[in-house]
Amino acid sequence: MALDRRAVVAELLRDPGDTPGGELLVVTGLGSSTYDAGAAGDRPENFYLWGAMGGAAMIGLGLAIAQPTRRVLVITGDGEALMGMGALSTIAAKRLPNLAIVVLDNAQFGETGHQASHTGLGTDLAAVAAGCGWANSCTVTAWEDIPALRARVRQEAVFAVVKISAAEVPRFLPIRDGARLTARFRDALGLPVD
Amino acid sequence: MTEQSWQDGVYAALKAAGVAQIGYVPDAGHARLIERAHADNDMAAVVLTTEEEGIALSAGAYLGGQRTALLMQSSGVGNCINMLSLPINCRMPFFTIITMRGEWGEFNPWQVPMGSATEAVLKAAGVHVRRADRADEVVDVVAASAKFAFDSCIPVAVLLSQRLIGAKVWVK
Repeated sequence: MALDRRAVVAELLRDPGDTPGGELLVVTGLGSSTYDAGAAGDRPENFYLWGAMGGAAMIGLGLAIAQPTRRVLVITGDGEALMGMGALSTIAAKRLPNLAIVVLDNAQFGETGHQASHTGLGTDLAAVAAGCGWANSCTVTAWEDIPALRARVRQEAVFAVVKISAAEVPRFLPIRDGARLTARFRDALGLPVD
Repeated sequence: MTEQSWQDGVYAALKAAGVAQIGYVPDAGHARLIERAHADNDMAAVVLTTEEEGIALSAGAYLGGQRTALLMQSSGVGNCINMLSLPINCRMPFFTIITMRGEWGEFNPWQVPMGSATEAVLKAAGVHVRRADRADEVVDVVAASAKFAFDSCIPVAVLLSQRLIGAKVWVK
């Protein structure tokens, strides 16, 4: 049975301070991934995308380069990951140890009416990532494997596709003011507002 | 001023502005900067598969406290438009240096439509545009524009004219 996205994200983000280097830094892709992370518990170290589709993974890269002692986790959906698929090559080429990506894959564009996405039509994103050079690429389908994934994303440069149910979940709408999200994220890192 | 010397001047200006990450889609006009970035242990040089990746890279870098420059040619500007909503909505700096094609002795007609539209498209998307046409002004234009982007926290593009770069020679 496909996994419940809210439960998966809640487990991945459980005790975010329990991360080597300090609070886990989280970037979420446009759409349901943003709602899932917000529902798991709003915090300044969550940077939610409400647009910029295809950009989540690359934001993670810029952040991981800038904060080499911190762990960065990108959580996004199959549609958002597909739009920025080239980023899998770009990121793999940098071989950063502190960036992990989790793709919540329901094989649908859930936000726009549940149209089938490419992952339901033949594209295997974990294989794509492996082909781009990700050494640790996997697909997770069983709930029993989620706690282990929670540990891995805080320790390894892993690319994981998690197969989730396409069932509707209640809307949860976190902050969407980008300037505010940016300011509080930088504040949490102790960076100046410049 | 030779091409190499103004390009080295541009690199020095980026360093002086505190740039620590350079994303790029290669162009011959940026070749020296790319070479310098890769040779610099204090600079992360990131080769991109498409230009809009560089806007997201820049946003992530800013969230983490670093400054970025994106290098591309004018044909890449069209790839960037929606991603520009990121620095604009998030009130982040964004700085790009764009080598122009399709405007001065261009051989390849496929470069002309995007080259002709580059400045207007950037402005329509909310980017402040500056332009350098001569070797003796390019370092100053880059330095002032980088300061403008990072100090005022806004998106700024510097266009390096095709006359400055030199039209690509197709017949050897």
